[in-house]
Amino acid sequence: MSQNSNTPHNKNQTTFTLDGKTIPFSEGQTIIQAAMAAGEYIPHLCFNPEFKPHGSCKICTVTANGRQTASCTQQPQVDMMVESDTKQINDERRALLQMLFVEGNHFCPSCEKSGDCQLQATAYELDMMSPHFDHFSPNRPLDASHGEYLLDFNRCILCSLCARASSDVDGKNVFSLAGRGIKTHLIVNSKSGKLADTDFTGDDKAAHVCPVGVIIKKRVGFAVPIGKRSFDEHPISATPHPIVKGAI
Amino acid sequence: MNMSTKPKLRIATATLAGCFGCHMSFLDIDERLFDLMELVEFDRSPLTDIKTCGPCDIGLIEGGLCNAENVHVLREFRANCKILVAVGACAINGGLPAQRNHLSLSMILEEVYHAQHGLVDGFIPNDPELPLPLDQVHPIHEVVKVDYFIPGCPPSGDAIWKVLTDLIAGREPELGHGLVHYD
Amino acid sequence: MSQITTHAEYLDPILAHYKLNQHNLLQMLREAQEHFGYIHPEAIDYLEQQLQLPRSMVEGVASFYSLLYLQPHGEYRVLFSDNITDRMLGNMDLMESMCGQLWVEAGKVSEDGLVSINTTSCTGMCDQGPAVLINNIAINHLTQDRINSLCELIRERVPLSGWPLEFFAIEDNIHKKDILLDSNFKFGSALAEVLQRSSEEILQEIKTSKLRGRGGAGFSTGSKWEFCRTAPGAQHYVVCNADEGEPGTFKDRVLLNSYADMVFEGMTICAHVIGAKKGFIYLRGEYRYLLDHLHAILQRRRQQSLLGNNILGYTDFNFDIEIHLGAGAYICGEESALIESLEGKRGTPRNRPPFPVTSGYLNQPTVVNNVETFAAASLIGLHGGAWYANIGTETSSGTKILSVSGDCAHPGLYEYPFGVTVAQVLADCGAKNTQAVQISGPSGICIAANEFERRIAFDDLPTAGAFMVFDQSRDMFEVARNFVHFFKHESCGFCTPCRVGTSLLSNMMNKLANGHGSPYDFAEIEKLNELLLSTSHCGLGHSACNPVLDTIAKFRPAYDKRLTHKEYIPAFDLDYALSQARQMTGRDDTGAHLERIHVSK
Ligand SMILES: Cc1cc2nc3c(=O)[nH]c(=O)nc-3n(C[C@H](O)[C@H](O)[C@H](O)COP(=O)(O)O)c2cc1C
Ligand code: SF4
Ligand code: SF4
Ligand code: SF4
Ligand code: FES
Repeated sequence: MSQNSNTPHNKNQTTFTLDGKTIPFSEGQTIIQAAMAAGEYIPHLCFNPEFKPHGSCKICTVTANGRQTASCTQQPQVDMMVESDTKQINDERRALLQMLFVEGNHFCPSCEKSGDCQLQATAYELDMMSPHFDHFSPNRPLDASHGEYLLDFNRCILCSLCARASSDVDGKNVFSLAGRGIKTHLIVNSKSGKLADTDFTGDDKAAHVCPVGVIIKKRVGFAVPIGKRSFDEHPISATPHPIVKGAI
Repeated sequence: MNMSTKPKLRIATATLAGCFGCHMSFLDIDERLFDLMELVEFDRSPLTDIKTCGPCDIGLIEGGLCNAENVHVLREFRANCKILVAVGACAINGGLPAQRNHLSLSMILEEVYHAQHGLVDGFIPNDPELPLPLDQVHPIHEVVKVDYFIPGCPPSGDAIWKVLTDLIAGREPELGHGLVHYD
Repeated sequence: MSQITTHAEYLDPILAHYKLNQHNLLQMLREAQEHFGYIHPEAIDYLEQQLQLPRSMVEGVASFYSLLYLQPHGEYRVLFSDNITDRMLGNMDLMESMCGQLWVEAGKVSEDGLVSINTTSCTGMCDQGPAVLINNIAINHLTQDRINSLCELIRERVPLSGWPLEFFAIEDNIHKKDILLDSNFKFGSALAEVLQRSSEEILQEIKTSKLRGRGGAGFSTGSKWEFCRTAPGAQHYVVCNADEGEPGTFKDRVLLNSYADMVFEGMTICAHVIGAKKGFIYLRGEYRYLLDHLHAILQRRRQQSLLGNNILGYTDFNFDIEIHLGAGAYICGEESALIESLEGKRGTPRNRPPFPVTSGYLNQPTVVNNVETFAAASLIGLHGGAWYANIGTETSSGTKILSVSGDCAHPGLYEYPFGVTVAQVLADCGAKNTQAVQISGPSGICIAANEFERRIAFDDLPTAGAFMVFDQSRDMFEVARNFVHFFKHESCGFCTPCRVGTSLLSNMMNKLANGHGSPYDFAEIEKLNELLLSTSHCGLGHSACNPVLDTIAKFRPAYDKRLTHKEYIPAFDLDYALSQARQMTGRDDTGAHLERIHVSK
């Protein structure tokens, strides 16, 4: 059995290989969880180590024993051969990102999240130079009803992290996905459909998990100067998980 | 490297629905402009004041398409430039002007020329000299084939320099971390 | 009397019937809608309060299903089935005529709130189209005369109950019977045989029969039942997949109409094998008209001791069946999405593994089988596995019921032992000058004339049953475009590639159809196909590109003729994009126009 000298592990340790590197894993871990624990980066958006994997964005797609699969939901098998950083897969990931960009309205220069946004940083990581496809230019009105927070649905990538945080951590169900297909959209839990009429507060976990610039705290935008934001200095692949960092 | 003996490449630049910020950023390459002038000469460009574009090697387009005039200029560039480069957020995804795309143009014209407070006898300009607005603002790749993109609002002088020098040297342009940004 | 008590009046019985159980949310919403023709916001208030569910969840579920409405949608809600077979029979002209007569734009509600007219995915009536659903009730064989009468009845506000009965007639159209359709099955006969033997023995019979699932994937039924039987769980469940949403498929409709006992009995045999006490039929909302009929049969079976406690006197064998109706979502035919929907949720496919056999309904081991699979299980119960295994071919035992539609003299059901050639079926159904056959619906495979000697079997042409015939007059590009629209409409929206990709694909096909195509677009379509294939979450996204891939490979000229431009041109019409401005300024000079393609001066 081949042993990678960089990764210490005992004989009983189960491992798989990721782009040729040996990665240890334990029962129940998914490929991305094991990779992250070993300090390896696999691009992802709807996955957040604090929450149950969802498997919807497909940015984390890898080839596992020759079959393409989402690494955030797929559990590794012993000696599985996983490929992630290949031209073909990165091309596909870029196309998926481009889909997310044209599906919504992403005007980074006027977005408070710019520089701290995982969608943007992942697109940088994958050398996305243009949205490539024709834009859908959907009409998605803002919700500025809440005193402290603003919802800019134009940027929503439907990852459901806010919904998962609200139900699983906050016990509130402030956010839900509604509609179907290309008309899928985020709604909040009030008859008026306005955030102000929900029990949402800035202390909710849900206020802090959005990987993009939908759930925005009012009156503090653009506080961090360009050059000092999360992904200005280091690419997302070399940055500790931004959500973990942002929560501090 | 000495490329001055080679025939100079011709470059054209234009601003469509943009703010000239990308052109300003281009000038930010500072003293490297002199190096550049060794390698290239400019055709149609706000820098030269040449009004129509002739056969060129590289065309740089700033801004998206918001009216008929923009479409004519873009088509002229596509027809004349071997390599067409979209420079900046507006050329790439419509940018700020495209934030009107979810509104109907009729409603916008109505609001601006008829309904606004303080307007007396407002009317929508209809002089044939004026280009008519398109119902939505489009990035340029939705209308012509675009070869390369330099994102940024504006892209840094360094990014523009890097892509230009790569193209001039016949390399596939590559920006990499720090030079790729969308804001 | 306040509003809320009015809503309570009709909602209380619904809530009571469904025991305030949130897993019945979809059923409650569907019934609540029957009151006003849409789900009233105050009805949601009441449900939210009574069921202790967040409003966002109730709305999230309701908005997923295309037959549920959260806004008023007219007293008469008319939905034209829009499968390619309906198109070939002229449904678009009929819809236009109806819109004209009733003064309403397709996709909108008339100003007086009387009527809304729209299209919907195939309603499973391809053998008797063009078809329409009015307030979820099917009306077939549309002609201009019939449309005129419908408009008259709607204008006069005659309630559906007062419409001529012949409008609602639905035929079985069985043209060829074999062991299943010709079985003269006597209810209880299979169960009486089966219950004399142990569940192990019966499982062995099913395995011996080599029966494979009839829903499309062809998984071994014996193995599925065995996995489920051995999977640990407090409860085991049997689910009959009667979602039948694949365009061009309508055999389950006929089985449930005329062979329901075989289906129920097959489910009961399965319950005996896996140890289930409860079963569900997930019936597509479009087949709402079958509901009372099926309830009556279930009731009879209970009286006959074929369902309920101590079935046929066997103590400890307790099993009953509940019917859940869908509400317009093809994806709910995918087994894990179906289970989500059974649990009252949005029909989003789950992450797998775990598979339903170990973690299905309420995370308990669950068998999901197609209607026809259960009917076949009854035959096996009656005649034994060896008998069944002898019919058909080596890899594909038994018979298959085909739903034949399109360009042929006798559309309807044809049952054949596996191994029948396409040419044979074409001859039997009276097809002439056939150009292509779409086997197993849009997610299946499209074959051309040089393949008509191929056989219906799992190792050659596997099929869930659809068999759509296209003669030489048909444009195969338009066939593919119709299917791509179907997938776009039915994508559940969960994963990026399918949610966005099906829309992009449909836009690109429209671009070609509008004469804006170039080789660039063609290459884009091919790239998109690959992406959907490799990164989608479930079978819908995987197969969404099949119709395009197949028709490109086999009917390339239909595409070539649409690549009218050498160079890339925009998808939208630039001149049209100036029309609003022209209208607002009153200009029409040459400068107020743009040519579609660049003409250099
Ligand atoms: C998008 C999609 C739609 C499906 N629709 C149906 C359907 O309407 N009826 C059906 O029996 N199976 C359908 N299936 C297959 C089911 O997931 C499942 O394989 C089948 O019900 C198992 O039953 P069987 O083994 O008897 O075929 C569908 C699958 C997918 C991916
Ligand atoms: S959410 Fe991210 S990608 Fe979208 S506009 Fe904001 S910074 Fe850009
Ligand atoms: S608001 Fe943010 S966290 Fe919530 S679904 Fe949209 S992108 Fe995800
Ligand atoms: S492939 Fe399509 S239908 Fe399947 S989960 Fe993804 S979006 Fe939903
Ligand atoms: S990160 Fe795995 S699918 Fe989104």
